[in-house]
Amino acid sequence: MSWYALWGALEIGFIYGLVALGVLISFRILRFPDLTVDGSFPLGAAVAATLIVAGWEPFSATLVATLAGGLAGAITGWLNVRLRIMDLLASILMMIALYSINLRIMGRPNVPLITEPTVFSFFELDTVPEYISRPLLVLAVVVAIKLALDWYLGTRTGLALRATGSNPRMARAQGVATGVMVLAGLALSNALCALGGALFAQSQGVSDISMGIGTIVIGLAAVIVGESLFSSRKLIVMTAAVVLGAVLYRLFVALALNADFIGLQAQDLNLITAVLVTIFLVVPLLRQKLRERRN
Amino acid sequence: MLKADNLHITFNAGSPIETRALRGLSLEIPTGQFVTVIGSNGAGKSTLLNAISGEAMLDRGSIVIDGTELGRMPVWRRAARVARVFQDPLLGTCEDLTIEENLALAASRGGRRGLRRALGSNMRSEFRERLAILGLGLEDRLQDRIGLLSGGQRQAVSLLMAALRPSRILLLDEHTAALDPRIAAFVLDITRRIVAERKLTTLMVTHSMRQALEIGDRTIMLHQGQVVLDVAGEARTRLDVPQLLELFERVRGETVWDDALLLG
Repeated sequence: MSWYALWGALEIGFIYGLVALGVLISFRILRFPDLTVDGSFPLGAAVAATLIVAGWEPFSATLVATLAGGLAGAITGWLNVRLRIMDLLASILMMIALYSINLRIMGRPNVPLITEPTVFSFFELDTVPEYISRPLLVLAVVVAIKLALDWYLGTRTGLALRATGSNPRMARAQGVATGVMVLAGLALSNALCALGGALFAQSQGVSDISMGIGTIVIGLAAVIVGESLFSSRKLIVMTAAVVLGAVLYRLFVALALNADFIGLQAQDLNLITAVLVTIFLVVPLLRQKLRERRN
Repeated sequence: MLKADNLHITFNAGSPIETRALRGLSLEIPTGQFVTVIGSNGAGKSTLLNAISGEAMLDRGSIVIDGTELGRMPVWRRAARVARVFQDPLLGTCEDLTIEENLALAASRGGRRGLRRALGSNMRSEFRERLAILGLGLEDRLQDRIGLLSGGQRQAVSLLMAALRPSRILLLDEHTAALDPRIAAFVLDITRRIVAERKLTTLMVTHSMRQALEIGDRTIMLHQGQVVLDVAGEARTRLDVPQLLELFERVRGETVWDDALLLG
């Protein structure tokens, strides 16, 4: 793998770190199987790209994209909490709705951004090549959000969010408005995914309607890889672990695709993902078996 | 004071499995009174507690706590007034959270949570103090996940949590039934101490006739969704388990077949 490809993999890995943090909130903390992610990631890309092409300043465009993702997550929560639609189904409904919405927003299947200013253009330096400065910028964003999330989960409201996912009946008895917490948690989760999508579009120079497919699998892969590497249940460790999981996942994929002797090609990406996730799901089991045999 | 008036709740109305759980139940509990509740399966004990906590909505009737009509107020909004310990020890605490996080969650029951830190050093020292009362050594394990504790230990913590903030009424739903006898006695003892110390208005459902008479100030018996026996004071002191059992059989119009009622 070339030096250039390595930094490229890191950049995408950090961007998916945002998705991983979002998936950590929905799947692990709220225990809400939320597939909205497959729609909110390209939603972030679509909103950011469309606004930038329309002449918006890239930072505000990215902010609006993030808020749009939050709104999508809140609607999924509303479908589940208010209309009593099963969690998984509610998120699937929102996901397919977003496919059409994203097409409407862009007005066509893809919007190129190559010639447009992006958030990355503001950080171009003469001393550091762009392929290095961009991953570092995304890294700074991910670290800032990880720290903010750690802080939030340590507040009283954050604790109420965790209790809502872990034991909703007890949470209600302790005065937690669990419905509101589900809405807020999904909004936060999908806002992070949309931010990821907005940065992804600006990093790749295009927003494409199909770029959301499989986002949830990548997010889950990152969470699973992170969790199998760190056994700690401490949240500060877990938020770091899933970001690292996203980066490692991306590096594995880049390695697999770049190792010519294996003969894998870009279209094998989803197969590689499936195999990688399977391996990481089995690792803890194997470890346990080994330990048992030793004793 | 809690005033329940003419409560009606029917589950699965109009279907073959229709259950009329409460049929015009009325009950008044003065502030500070400790009431024990007995009754056979299906008498409406749990439904009464659920009606007060907001988990079951009334078809008819009203519940007023200190002048506030509860109406269709959701569970979480009642939490400022109603504290509860469940029968299942796993239900009352959050197994993924640590002991101190569980207590912190209960410490803001009924208040606005906001974005303040959930835990501070003041709070921790208060928690340590409270946990020390239990004599289980939990004051040194604040940062252990509560899922690591036994059912009895978790139930004891649930009780502390219920008493951490003031409440207008404490609901105990057979909270010792799932524990082994020795632990159950321990949890019951703590219940007594906490209720007495904090002068809590309490409604405790129990399956044990002896517990029902020995603990608290007043005993009520439910049958088919109504209060069929209500004793306090002198009359209650004179009542013993065999007599209560006889009364129980008389209202049911049949002999008691449930051993659990005789034992314990």
